[in-house]
Amino acid sequence: MIGFALSKLLRAVVTVFAVMTFAFVVLRLSGDPAQVMLGPDVPTSAVDAFRSQWGLDQPIWVQYLAYIQSILTGDFGVSMRDRAPAIDLVMERIPATLQLTIPALFLKLALGIPAGVYAALHHQSATDRGVIVLSILGFTIPSFVLGLLLVLIFSVTFGLLPSGGYGSWQHSVLPVIAMSIGGIGILARFSRSAMIEVMGQPYVRTASAKGVRWSDVIWRHALPNAAVPIVTIVGFMVGSLIAGAVIVETIFSWPGIGRLLVVSVTNRDLPVVQCILLMIAATMVVSNLIVDLLYGWLDPRLRMQAAH
Amino acid sequence: MRPNLVELRGLTVAFDGTPVLHGIDLDVAPGEALGLVGESGCGKSVTWLAALGLLPGKATVTGSVKVVGREMLGRPRPVLEGIRGGRIAMIFQDPSSSLNPVLKVGRQIVEALRLHRGLVGQAAKAEAIRLLDLVGIPDASRRFDIFPHEFSGGQSQRVMIAMALAGQPDLLIADEPTTALDATIQAQILDLLAALRAETGMATVFISHDLGAVSQVCERVCVMYSGRIVEAGPIDTLFEAPRHPYTRGLFDAIPRLDGPRARLIPIPGTVPNPKDMPSGCAFSPRCARSSDACNESVPALVAQAEGRSLACRNPVPGQPVKPTRQKLLEAVL
Amino acid sequence: MTQPLIKATNLVRTYAVRRGLFGKITPVRAVDGVSLSVMPGETLGIVGESGSGKSTLGRMLLGIDPAQGGSVSFEGSAMPRLGTAEWRALRARMQLVYQDPLAALDKRLPISVQIGEPLEIHRLLPKNERRARVEELMAAVGLRRDQAERFPHELSGGQRQRAVIARALASRPDLLVCDEPVAALDVSIQAQVVNMLRDLQESQRIAMVFISHDLKVVRNVADRVAVMYLGHIVEEASSDVIFASPRHPYTKALASSVPVPGKKLEGRLILQGEPPNPADRPSGCPFHPRCPIAADICRTARPALQTVAPQRNVACHMVTPHTVAIAA
Repeated sequence: MIGFALSKLLRAVVTVFAVMTFAFVVLRLSGDPAQVMLGPDVPTSAVDAFRSQWGLDQPIWVQYLAYIQSILTGDFGVSMRDRAPAIDLVMERIPATLQLTIPALFLKLALGIPAGVYAALHHQSATDRGVIVLSILGFTIPSFVLGLLLVLIFSVTFGLLPSGGYGSWQHSVLPVIAMSIGGIGILARFSRSAMIEVMGQPYVRTASAKGVRWSDVIWRHALPNAAVPIVTIVGFMVGSLIAGAVIVETIFSWPGIGRLLVVSVTNRDLPVVQCILLMIAATMVVSNLIVDLLYGWLDPRLRMQAAH
Repeated sequence: MRPNLVELRGLTVAFDGTPVLHGIDLDVAPGEALGLVGESGCGKSVTWLAALGLLPGKATVTGSVKVVGREMLGRPRPVLEGIRGGRIAMIFQDPSSSLNPVLKVGRQIVEALRLHRGLVGQAAKAEAIRLLDLVGIPDASRRFDIFPHEFSGGQSQRVMIAMALAGQPDLLIADEPTTALDATIQAQILDLLAALRAETGMATVFISHDLGAVSQVCERVCVMYSGRIVEAGPIDTLFEAPRHPYTRGLFDAIPRLDGPRARLIPIPGTVPNPKDMPSGCAFSPRCARSSDACNESVPALVAQAEGRSLACRNPVPGQPVKPTRQKLLEAVL
Repeated sequence: MTQPLIKATNLVRTYAVRRGLFGKITPVRAVDGVSLSVMPGETLGIVGESGSGKSTLGRMLLGIDPAQGGSVSFEGSAMPRLGTAEWRALRARMQLVYQDPLAALDKRLPISVQIGEPLEIHRLLPKNERRARVEELMAAVGLRRDQAERFPHELSGGQRQRAVIARALASRPDLLVCDEPVAALDVSIQAQVVNMLRDLQESQRIAMVFISHDLKVVRNVADRVAVMYLGHIVEEASSDVIFASPRHPYTKALASSVPVPGKKLEGRLILQGEPPNPADRPSGCPFHPRCPIAADICRTARPALQTVAPQRNVACHMVTPHTVAIAA
């Protein structure tokens, strides 16, 4: 078990490191922060001064080593724009993002899974077909289209809810909806197919044949078996708690990580962009790790057998 | 005479409008061992899945299913749930996938004990271990806490049998219980089923495609073809002299382990598609004895001498199977 | 004496099996020192339960599964390595038929095209003659001419298996390895296919290795039978005598376990326990934990396959030429 956890952990560290390196290289190659920060009209001497101040005049591998070294000591760099520590800027924005993504995650779980399970239990009925159509609609409409549509209907036409900004709970209603519809569709679809598959398994018939109540057949015999594929999807959703809000935050002018990322990319504020990407990679990797451990807990066949 | 445990009358099943079972009349007396024989698609399993309400929603079931005199068909789910696993237990063909992979076997047996005998806690655990021991699971108390994937196919079928016994059923329906198992394990399970029946006095319905396996554990047998019973009777009478051409064909098609290496006598053609059934007797297109009348209407299952019933207009003359068989063999050699 | 068509000497195949997702890797000997030979036109039956290594052995004879020890020779020369041009050329002369015809056939192609495939692959006939050959093959396996353009799903299980066999016969092979070819078929259809195989064998003198768990079918198809247990051949004899008067205690139990219509359960020899996990091979004779007549020597020394009577080999300490003579 310890060997298993260690190997997974090692893989996680390698993944984060790879993302970090990739982001570093791509960002250095994609445009000069000095030009963007200082504007086109400044003298060359000012540009050179900026570059030497941020170490941009060094060869890329020297910059890279320095970057790695500071990461390892817990230093995520300083924003080229605000001169504040990048990590502080990022941490400051996290609560706002979570304020959208966590309710959205709950909405996805609370609507997607029951809809999928219900459709599976009424396989080939009108309800089932309805769920399929809605779920396809849900995950094929891009969230920016959906966001704009919601604004158009609820803010512009009916004036019920604010079209953007941050403050009261009303402000978060439309972004949360825009963010969760796709996930609800995906979860409904996955839960449905997982459940249809499980309901056709001989052990479900065994449970019925032994006189187990129908609701217990579903809750205690079928659902735990359908959980593995569902958990995979949910794990992915948990992993994108931080990264999943970029587009919606932009549309609704929500002051979260997503907006910070967009602004920082535009400004070539490299330390902040790197810090955010690192953060996103870390959440993804951690949620993957949790999912891997959950698999073993959910399905004894995947569990280590050395214990016996 | 004690009343029948189960009485099926005119039981029909259709899947999405296609009839697959065309009116089954069948009684199971207390304690008797009944065999249901036929090839895939003949309806032998569907009959019992329908009787217990275990078919998927797309199936339409009509007719009557009486369990100790009480009608079951069309009754609400809880009524059926009380019968299933209690009065009537069922085990299936593929034991390894018939146990829930995410639940410990002990828990699966305890669940049946709680439902049908109200046992919980230590009492349930002790009884489950006793049952596992009874069906021949070695080291039962340790294996109580093990997951199904750690059991072999034969052991899984033993666990299934233990679970079926948990409700102290009056009737055990065994649906091809040995088909997926290796020969030597198959013999063990047949032996176990026969021993348990002798010990508990429960009735057994043994569903199988294997005439040999049926003759080892049954007293009476029904032969099914394309959703109907075509011949039924005490096993000795029927196996001594099968009279329906299909039953007869089944016997002739089985290769023999002893005797000379004779050419087999297959039944020509294939089983008809349920969507495209012949107009009269379903077997007539493959039958060497069929006449014009056979194509017109379906022959009824009629009682004969010696407790036999038969649905055939031109049955095989009632002479013992062995001499005829010998003659056929000689003709071939 | 004629030379055997195919001859295997001391074949060994080991799989590395990881026990559990993160467990240790244990070597599992699926086939452990098997020697056999098949004469031209002869049918050798191989029977055994799951885990006996019978399917692996079949694949090794064709060179699909490489042997880690021992050798296979075809008409006296060593089997070329898997994937070489020589091997592919030889494959035209030895074909494989397995249990599931639906998996063996391409569901997007009509069966006539698939039956003609080997002719194309091995460039055996000029294009204009292929069609006639396919029709001839279909007739040989009992498929009607109007079924030529059918797709696999439009045929019954028995018809599909006929199509698979027709394809295997297309290149006029000298050897057919059949792995459970009738196991998925109903009794009445099974008899049709078994008869067909026997007809082919007689009319075309094809040698066959017929692998099956069904003793009755093997007895009917094979001239000679080898019984396998846990990767070993434990008994080998003519199919006329091996089940009628089995010598090895395992063969005895196997023959006794075959349910015969009209015969009651009483008096049958029922083995205790289950075949051991191939990864946990017992010491000595692999059968000794279940054997009713095992003695001390069986626990320590593995018995060799030896000739105990003419045409009869048995691997058992308790069965020697001497004991057989006494019994006879």
